Amino acid sequence: MQAKTIVLLGIVVVSSAFGNLVLGYGMRAVGDISSLSPVNLVAAGVRSMANPWVLCGMVLLCVFFAAHSLLLSWADLSFVVLVSAIGYVLVAVLSAAILGETVTPSRWAGTLLIACGVGIAGSTPESTVEPKL
Amino acid sequence: MTAALLLLVVAGTVCGDLLKARGMRLQGEPDSFKGAILCQFAAAALRNSWFLMSLVAYTASLLSFMALLSYEEVSFVVPATALAYVAETLLASAVLREQVNLRRWVGAALVAAGVYLIA
Repeated sequence: MQAKTIVLLGIVVVSSAFGNLVLGYGMRAVGDISSLSPVNLVAAGVRSMANPWVLCGMVLLCVFFAAHSLLLSWADLSFVVLVSAIGYVLVAVLSAAILGETVTPSRWAGTLLIACGVGIAGSTPESTVEPKL
Repeated sequence: MTAALLLLVVAGTVCGDLLKARGMRLQGEPDSFKGAILCQFAAAALRNSWFLMSLVAYTASLLSFMALLSYEEVSFVVPATALAYVAETLLASAVLREQVNLRRWVGAALVAAGVYLIA
């Protein structure tokens, strides 16, 4: 794996995990928006945009998006998506440690399987198609 | 409601990633990681129709994701969206013609098994 691939994968995984975590924290504060009535949606949208955690989460997800786009300019999608699944392990740890959510033994077993899958997929060539399709 | 939102999150992410991967490969990697070069790269992406179509798909996915997060726990919502990873491996092979070898399939199967345990 090239050094630039490792660096960008690191940025992708960390920004995605923290972005989802911070966004989740903010959206829980915004409140339940499972009702799809237009008035409810607009009100929830305004409340979301006024929440600093939601805004911070969106900035982090923009960082994720930029790094992910750059990475896909040379690496296979099937390589990038599988290797970046290591983020689920990070999310499980962060959810338990920061949000205080309960992570059951079966969820931990699942994250362990994902980690093994990532290790195996990560040992495959990062690009198998010509740079220009 | 939860199932419909989850489906939108997954379908939006899968379509978005496929469109973006196609667009970025057509554009090619930047010559260096200097600021000016990266700005040119970003400007070229914003003129890339594949990339722009991916933004539409991602927006649908993100809005559904935010609605789900308002009443589900992060450690439930995020791993459940990992189903997209299995679909993307299949579609990357079929549509983008990536050569997914046995090791990568085994990796995909283990990730899918992990997702099954988590969900």
